[in-house]
Amino acid sequence: MNLTLHVWRQAGPDAPGKMVRYEATDISPDMSFLEMLDVVNERLTAEGETPIAFDHDCREGICGACGLMINGIAHGPEKGTATCQLHMRSFSDGAAIYIEPWRARAFPVIRDLAVDRSSLDRIIQAGGFITAATGGSQDANAILVPKENVDDAMDSAACIGCGACAAACPNASASLFTAAKITHLGLLPQGQPERYRRALSMVGRMDLEGFGSCTLHGECQEACPKEISIDTITRMNRDFLRASVTGGRE
Amino acid sequence: MTVKLDAKMPTGALAQKWDKHRFEMKLVNPANKRKYSIIIVGSGLAGGAAAATLSELGYDVKCFCFQDSPRRAHSIAAQGGINAAKNYQNDGDSIYRLFYDTIKGGDFRAREANVYRLAQLSVNIIDQCVAQGVPFAREYGGLLANRSFGGAQVSRTFYARGQTGQQLLLGAYQALERQVARGGVKMFPRTEMLDLVVIDGRARGIITRDLVTGAIESHVADAVVLGTGGYGNVFFLSTNAQGTNATAIWRAYKRGAAFANPCFTQIHPTCIPVSGEYQSKLTLMSESLRNDGRVWVPIKAGDKRAAADIPETDRDYFLERKYPSFGNLAPRDIASRNAKEVCDEGRGVGESGLGVYLDFSDAIKRLGADVIRERYGNLFEMYQRITDENPYQVPMRIYPAVHYTMGGLWVDYNLMSNVDGLHVIGEANFSDHGANRLGASALMQGLADGYFILPNTLGHYLASNKLEKVDDSHPAFREARTAVDERTNRFLSINGKRTVASFHRELGKVVWDYCGMSRNEAGLRLALEKIPQLRAEFWRDVNVPGSAAELNQALERAGRVADFMELAELMCIDALHRTESCGGHFREESQTPEGEALRDDANFTYAAAWEFAGEGKAPVLNREPLLFENVKLSQRSYK
Repeated sequence: MNLTLHVWRQAGPDAPGKMVRYEATDISPDMSFLEMLDVVNERLTAEGETPIAFDHDCREGICGACGLMINGIAHGPEKGTATCQLHMRSFSDGAAIYIEPWRARAFPVIRDLAVDRSSLDRIIQAGGFITAATGGSQDANAILVPKENVDDAMDSAACIGCGACAAACPNASASLFTAAKITHLGLLPQGQPERYRRALSMVGRMDLEGFGSCTLHGECQEACPKEISIDTITRMNRDFLRASVTGGRE
Repeated sequence: MTVKLDAKMPTGALAQKWDKHRFEMKLVNPANKRKYSIIIVGSGLAGGAAAATLSELGYDVKCFCFQDSPRRAHSIAAQGGINAAKNYQNDGDSIYRLFYDTIKGGDFRAREANVYRLAQLSVNIIDQCVAQGVPFAREYGGLLANRSFGGAQVSRTFYARGQTGQQLLLGAYQALERQVARGGVKMFPRTEMLDLVVIDGRARGIITRDLVTGAIESHVADAVVLGTGGYGNVFFLSTNAQGTNATAIWRAYKRGAAFANPCFTQIHPTCIPVSGEYQSKLTLMSESLRNDGRVWVPIKAGDKRAAADIPETDRDYFLERKYPSFGNLAPRDIASRNAKEVCDEGRGVGESGLGVYLDFSDAIKRLGADVIRERYGNLFEMYQRITDENPYQVPMRIYPAVHYTMGGLWVDYNLMSNVDGLHVIGEANFSDHGANRLGASALMQGLADGYFILPNTLGHYLASNKLEKVDDSHPAFREARTAVDERTNRFLSINGKRTVASFHRELGKVVWDYCGMSRNEAGLRLALEKIPQLRAEFWRDVNVPGSAAELNQALERAGRVADFMELAELMCIDALHRTESCGGHFREESQTPEGEALRDDANFTYAAAWEFAGEGKAPVLNREPLLFENVKLSQRSYK
């Protein structure tokens, strides 16, 4: 298949960027989207041009490194699919494809399609953990956890931290990312002692990082490659509200 | 022999060695721990767990990863599970059985004491992970669930859907981020280690490149820990992430650390077959699928009928036929080799003929599609996304692919290399899996090293040695930094015609063809001619665009591929010297009449630790004999 790409090119964080047109010819429908970009980059290199920078690593939808706005949709047209798992058979021959980096104040562009997502790490630093230093834990079967709870916790824990939720959100809110972690840990007995201070602290950090607020558009759950539900945000808001009243002390 | 390989094995009975050793090791006074600085390269299960734990103990830790976040280390992609000798299923498991299965699975090429310790600690790992909130699968009553895995006849594998590696890594990552917030760990993401600095025989720091700005930096420490993973990407096509590389361990090798058993690579039997030349990676389908899927090919070569049109009588369930007691759960090396064999006979399926069926129709009939979906739903989806075929309706097609490397830097019982102060953990070391790793054992080893072993043994090193104060103005740092600069400039000044990727692809094909699933002398000798030629061409004709002072992904890859070009040669040298077959290393000259791997215990019961002797010189072989005092060496049988 032959495609016309319009790709965001930006030489560095402070350089101005622009869309640049490339013809991608002879593309196999069985290629993944990133393999298509590999082919384009090979050709650019051969022609003495600078290849397009983009983040990627595992290429099996789990590391969360890749993430592109494809025709205005985070991770492209297939639901529940990260960019690396998107295949060219999802596009029609002759199509024009617009490729941009994540757009959010908290995700500054580093180069071309690669952005800085360290803000997400800092949200985790604010409380996205259970304080359990190595050693000293009791037998793993000592605390029973109902299967339903652990299944729901796993649905949220599946978050790959790609940032698509914030990129898709009109307010550039990272609420789905933050709520997924709060829900994962909050549904488990081990996560209870820190549940409310966690909500207070993580939500506070999210605001400080420059992410917007959630107004329940629902774009995040549409874009999420792991299809994490927006219900987690309701849970986060409940925990946050309660913590705001109690100051995180129960 | 110039390198002294002292494994520092504790004396005493196998089951008491680790306890005894822990008592005998020196401790660092709690108040003094913060005065010791430790560099950890890699943030996966081993590196991330070690960084978090050492910081919890009070050490001053710097942790480096090339990814944009420590959460993206390749451990995240492990699917199936983690073994532990909990015997929760009351099916006869024990620490000794896990130890024995692992030693036997590794074809008797690992140290008894290391593997026993691993089996002991497996129990603590599960406790620790549950305390961190890892959502392992559970039964309705709330107890933890288990599944069985290749190479074992007990059900001892703990799992979180098909994302066990992800959940364990996020547990370690969250513990790490807690320490970052506390100030105990300084994290350096998007930073690649490009050299090791050794002063007076001790590892005292590293040279790094900031992948965003291109800045070359020196980092000084009292000890250096490498948890940088395996080198499977030398094959170009593998299940490894694109960025995984051997640069850290290879640079350490060139600074004096011995590289052990580089030819021990694991080819995983259940991967999605290659579909085209453009392909950048192979996708693994968790081995757990073999619990319910049946592996078969047509009995007749060249049978091109659709799977559904081939009646039972024309099918060969070759694993069940050849290994009746383990069947589809035969260990990875055996399952892979048998798949290759039937494909070589012309009985492979799919367009390329390089594939075998993994069929779930019996399991779906027996258990219903919902149960199968519950167990493997995400894997089935992944398969369908890549191949455009629905595995609930037609059998999966699978083929072996490079997945894991058992070889790595040589370490002693304390996980320290022969270079004092340089510790190596996880897949980057050679220690516990012998010549073949059993399923669900990589996560166990990474976390055992990171959470429980290294935090003890590193303290012992620091407490037992007086370390001179050094800073980055030391000549050794200046020399290493200059060498890194020169190498970077050299890549950029070649201005040749071929891309880095084209060299990587060509190298991978040579290694796969001659040092892949089966090896022979003629092939290895041919590879040893081809690799240096290709390397010379690389340094003459590679095209690395851009500059050093910016985010330059072609430059990053050039450095990694240049190191693979050297490592590939060492792998072939090692494979050529080991004329026996064992585990993942199948030498065609050494097989039983039934075509199974035939070990040569009289001559090869040792770890081969190769020592760098200088550019252009043949590496020096050092042997660490393996002593088996508790298990009897036997021909591995899974029949």
